[in-house]
Amino acid sequence: MTVLDVRSLEVRRGGRTIVAGVSFAASPGEIVALMGASGAGKSTILRAIAGLDPIVSGTVAIPRPVGMVFQFHHLFANMSAHKNVWLAPVHVFKRPRVEAEERARELLASLGVGDRASAMPHELSGGEAQRVAIARALAIEPRVLLMDEPTASLDPGRRGDLATTLRSLARDGRTIVVATHDAEFARACAHRVLAVEAGRVRDVS
Amino acid sequence: MTVRLAALACLALLAPSAAPAQSPELRWGGDAEGGAPYVEADPADPSRVVGFDVEVAQLLAAGLGRTPRFVQVGFTSIDAAATRGDFDVGLSGIEDSPARRARLAVTIPYYEFREVLTVRASDADKYRSLGDLRGRRVATLGATLAYDLLADAQARDGIIPVTYEDDVHPYSDLVLGRVDAVVLDAILAQRGVRRNAGLTNQATPLAVGHYVGILAPGAAAMRDRMNVILRDAMRDGRLEAILERWDVWNEDQPRLYARVLTDASPYPVAASSLSSEAGPSSSGTDAARSLSAPRTLDAARRYLPALLRAAVITVVLSCLSMALAIAAGALIASGRIYGAAPLRIALTGYVEIIRGTPLLLQLFVLYFGLAAFIQLPAFVAALLGLGLNYAAYESEIYRGALEAVAPGQLESARTLGLTERQILVLVRAPQAFRLALAPMTNDFVALLKDSSLVSVITVVELTKETSIFAANIGSWVLPGLMCAAIYLAMSLPLARVARRIERGWRQA
Repeated sequence: MTVLDVRSLEVRRGGRTIVAGVSFAASPGEIVALMGASGAGKSTILRAIAGLDPIVSGTVAIPRPVGMVFQFHHLFANMSAHKNVWLAPVHVFKRPRVEAEERARELLASLGVGDRASAMPHELSGGEAQRVAIARALAIEPRVLLMDEPTASLDPGRRGDLATTLRSLARDGRTIVVATHDAEFARACAHRVLAVEAGRVRDVS
Repeated sequence: MTVRLAALACLALLAPSAAPAQSPELRWGGDAEGGAPYVEADPADPSRVVGFDVEVAQLLAAGLGRTPRFVQVGFTSIDAAATRGDFDVGLSGIEDSPARRARLAVTIPYYEFREVLTVRASDADKYRSLGDLRGRRVATLGATLAYDLLADAQARDGIIPVTYEDDVHPYSDLVLGRVDAVVLDAILAQRGVRRNAGLTNQATPLAVGHYVGILAPGAAAMRDRMNVILRDAMRDGRLEAILERWDVWNEDQPRLYARVLTDASPYPVAASSLSSEAGPSSSGTDAARSLSAPRTLDAARRYLPALLRAAVITVVLSCLSMALAIAAGALIASGRIYGAAPLRIALTGYVEIIRGTPLLLQLFVLYFGLAAFIQLPAFVAALLGLGLNYAAYESEIYRGALEAVAPGQLESARTLGLTERQILVLVRAPQAFRLALAPMTNDFVALLKDSSLVSVITVVELTKETSIFAANIGSWVLPGLMCAAIYLAMSLPLARVARRIERGWRQA
């Protein structure tokens, strides 16, 4: 059974082809790593899957909503970590406010940042901000979670923790696609590694 | 080479004004905006001025063996210009007053006028004197004897004085019903009634005043020579001929001349006299009381409550205008970012037109220009004018601030499924507001001071009240200091509040 199916994906930006002929699929509970040097097209593939960049040709079949964790997190600067997490459940999915706030607190606690709920984004460390961003993405209950360069803001010790976290999220049945240039991290957490080179992918696991 | 040619051209341009050095000049100051019959640009040749004051100036120049040269001066600043020595003598329907006598050298009067009450013909029986106008708006020119009359009547009869910067709009606003009466001197009143159908002048004069020439305080010797020339012209009929030519000669003038010619002192008649309401027979006499020269500190104490009241107008007007500017500015900014092309073009046009034309012009158009279609009350016109003008500037601040919000903030909101409207309200606008706060504070302080412009559409705010005060005591020093202190007392706390908010955000 596949939950994510990408076929012959082509993306252009400013008249230049960034990604062409990319096809891959992922099943529930699977972690797929897109690995490659910077500029290879990893982020572009994630953005196209998330619907942020238009697709020139090809298809992306994915259940919405899609969870996305950006390299620089992009937590909303004008609200607390807690509100960052409950904002979409309340305003997009019309969950009762009390319930959404409670669920957000649980998510933050499960990711180890329960005590940082009232902090503003600029007061968080890189690792804390990343875990809040994961909580925010999970709060809308996506079946697929996309992560762009998640190890960029982490020191080596924290990378192992992140791999563990992603493994446990996958065990709950979520599909995770991680774009990374960190081969060690990719091997440590992914079930399958796809090499991205010059806008194309190739299975190397 | 080109530089030398340009220098030669400049010299050639300068030469004519320096050339007629055969006789020294008599520089005389007046306001050509005052119009006929005093001083106005010659309809046939706008580079010359004509009027009875022009001919009085020629009379004085001839007597002194000089060539007259006209110096344009705004009417409300004519006293200050005389003190500074911008001209040798000021002649522009300038009223004799105790304050002028105290601070300037003043000639003998060359014309006597009556202050006249003008009303709509339909109200002629209802409003016969200021006493009948309790609670009504009565218009006049600022810084005139007529204004002093109205200020007295405000205390005594409860009328509401409304001051204008010119003598045309009091009468047109009387026709429109924005005011219920006008008090000005008879020459202006007759002109006002001639130009506007449906108005009438009440026969009983409210007071009697005189036109004089004003000179710098140290110029008493020159003043005395001018007095000799004026007295000669009264004796031999030259002054009468001038006044006849401009159709302002009347039976009050021979009586004035008789008094002036039998009394050789510099001040043969009282500065002004308020008529008792007994009737026209008492006019022209100095039986009634004269306005006494106010002492500066006394005046400061008397004017302080009026200044503070005017400051309240300034604050209320500024706050309401700013609220309108913020609301309209936010709508314009979001329209320019999110709107369809026609809306974006229309809003850009609005911003460019408003930013590219003077606020003063916009106020005139709103209040006087639209009067034929919709008669906005002065305060409403002032509020709309200031608010809509500043909305253009605010919208540019907000547009810049909205576009300065990091694109990643918007992308992450989109991946969460928030609509564009939700993103604007929940994420983009709150972040933009922080960026906009400092320039907004700046604009609010600017608006506080720009609100002084609304005095041209009869709203008496702080600066206007100050200039009335300054005209009354004949000096800008104390009124200026008091006015500046009140403005600072309003603007400094504002800057402080803004700084506190910003600090709060930084800590949060």
